[in-house]
Amino acid sequence: MAKLESTLTNMLLSLGGIALVASALLGFAYQATKGPIAEANQRILENAIKLVSPSDLKESKLGDMYMLPGGKDSLACYPVMDASGKLVVTAISTYTDEGFSGRFKIMVGFAPDGTIVNTAVLSHAETPGLGDKMDKSKADWSVQFNGKNPETYKLTVTKDGGDVDAITAATISSRAFCDATDRAYTAYMKGGRHE
Amino acid sequence: MSKIKIFSKGILKENAVFVMLLGLCPVLGTTTSAINGLGMGVATLFVLLLSNITISLIKNIVPDMVRIPVFIVVIASLVTVLQLLMQAYTPGLYATLGLFIPLIVVNCMILGRAEAFASKNSLVDSILDALGMGLGFTLALTILGAVREVLGSGSVFDFKFMDGDGMLVFVLAPGGFLGLGFIIAILNWIKRNKEAKAKLQAVEINTKKK
Repeated sequence: MAKLESTLTNMLLSLGGIALVASALLGFAYQATKGPIAEANQRILENAIKLVSPSDLKESKLGDMYMLPGGKDSLACYPVMDASGKLVVTAISTYTDEGFSGRFKIMVGFAPDGTIVNTAVLSHAETPGLGDKMDKSKADWSVQFNGKNPETYKLTVTKDGGDVDAITAATISSRAFCDATDRAYTAYMKGGRHE
Repeated sequence: MSKIKIFSKGILKENAVFVMLLGLCPVLGTTTSAINGLGMGVATLFVLLLSNITISLIKNIVPDMVRIPVFIVVIASLVTVLQLLMQAYTPGLYATLGLFIPLIVVNCMILGRAEAFASKNSLVDSILDALGMGLGFTLALTILGAVREVLGSGSVFDFKFMDGDGMLVFVLAPGGFLGLGFIIAILNWIKRNKEAKAKLQAVEINTKKK
């Protein structure tokens, strides 16, 4: 088959036809992956909630999600109950815009009295090898928050007069992490507790 | 050109990264560790293979004057589909590479192969070309990622063999340029030595003949 000449009709038909096929393909792929993507995101969320719950919690029930006001954006809260229905931990998905590469999101679990149970990083774009040490898969830095109550534990880095040891060479990321945690704590203590 | 040569030229002789310096944006951006380089390389290989196949198949119905927009439409659609599939079925890989997947669209190596090879050659040749070029690209990214990971974090493929942090600069963007520059310098040095040796041999044979 000879190559098509570059006449106007040929060009319009060829480009239009190919664009049409491509958009049909994209629409189909979007429809086909919509369900699995939602499931995958749900699994990631449930995994993060599990990470910020006490590790000895064997059976747990997830309560209804509710929103709290927190700065420019609202924070999603997921109450976690034990087998008898008592509130054990509230997982709060919080964010900060103070990060080195823009916004990052973390999940913080609070016991009913406001004590931090555990933290987990949801998504971030911090520098690999520096700021990404806030992620537990890279370093143990964020373990220092566990079991601390921000009522007595100042959520700022030591350089700013707080109690948090910053990551070496990543003070900005550490400050941002504190900012996100503090935002969740403030929102939670302002009557964000749902049994 | 023989089939083997079409396949093998992309791996060393015309390596997209080390020799042709194509697609450097994802090369420098993703290679902070060996595993990231490998992941990005494989993703690019996959897109390159599909785009070469598609473009080789439709080359006769695409008039020359609209070929570039058509190539971009094909490549962008393939990348978007790949991104959706990764998000759905490999969320772990998507978490580390997700940011870089859209970059494959603007990887000039893929457009380059479409323009220079797939739009002029048969389906089989285009597949071989894509496999060779893609493997060469993956190899280059993995090597660069490994070098930067060893120097920057003291580990390779996440296996830590040294305590401490290593040289920070190799994890950051300048380290990408430094690492790539040194690897290219070493490769060129080896190549020149080889060429000099070949020349010397040729001269010796010539003098013996006389």
